[in-house]
Amino acid sequence: MKTRILGFVALAAVAVMLVVALFVVPADLNQGDAQRIMYPHVASAWLGYLSFGVTALAGILWLWKRDLRFDAVAVAGAEIGVMFTAFAIWGGMMWGRPIWGVFWQWEDPRLTTTALLLALYVGYLLFRRLTDDPERRATRAAIVGIVAAVDIPIVHFSVEWWRGLHQTATIGSPDRVLNPAAPMVFVGTLLGTLAAFMLAWLYFMIRRYQLARAELGREEQVRRERIEAARAPHPAASPTEVAR
Amino acid sequence: MTDAGYVIAAYGVIVGGLALYTLSLWRRLRAVQRADDEGR
Repeated sequence: MKTRILGFVALAAVAVMLVVALFVVPADLNQGDAQRIMYPHVASAWLGYLSFGVTALAGILWLWKRDLRFDAVAVAGAEIGVMFTAFAIWGGMMWGRPIWGVFWQWEDPRLTTTALLLALYVGYLLFRRLTDDPERRATRAAIVGIVAAVDIPIVHFSVEWWRGLHQTATIGSPDRVLNPAAPMVFVGTLLGTLAAFMLAWLYFMIRRYQLARAELGREEQVRRERIEAARAPHPAASPTEVAR
Repeated sequence: MTDAGYVIAAYGVIVGGLALYTLSLWRRLRAVQRADDEGR
């Protein structure tokens, strides 16, 4: 019930922020309406980092505590992180074409490392399908999830370490949070969109965790049924087969 | 394409994606619950 309320609150928050971002906030003086894409783009990118960070942390906790609930959190983070990272890439492409003149540039370190991050966690989700054994799957996935998370700081700092098309971090230091270069109305809309998306993220995490737990319970039930079926005497066996 | 076209394309995919993922989660949860009920 509480999760359902959270879902409705998240829906309302996202709807309000969409109206604010699209119709209330003025267009940027230099970038025009295309700048409106920045609000969901940046929020999605940050939530992608957060999701993959949760996956890595849950992987560490699984390896340490051997509790499958952490594996359920890890898979929830990976799946939701893939979605938000895909949104960030798509939004960035739609903003890049009118502002940079190109949808994509492989020479740009931020773009390329973000594409790599997406590919790594899509791989993580595919890798999980290689085995049916929940414990073996959790252990292998945890290792992949932790190793893949090394790319998160590389993505974040790529704009500082290498030269490319992408601008430097939107909020890179506490000083830039308190004294942002952009007008407060833009920063407020960005943070509002982040808060609304964060509520949606939390709702998705809870629901995806519940799904992972339910799937695990179902797998366990099927396995038990198979063992019981294998132990039971086969009713169709002929007397000759029994004699053998 | 105009700036507005890119804005619509960006928001359309993101909002549509959020809606589709919500629907997908809901359907997957229901499918597992139904399978559980049938198994009992």
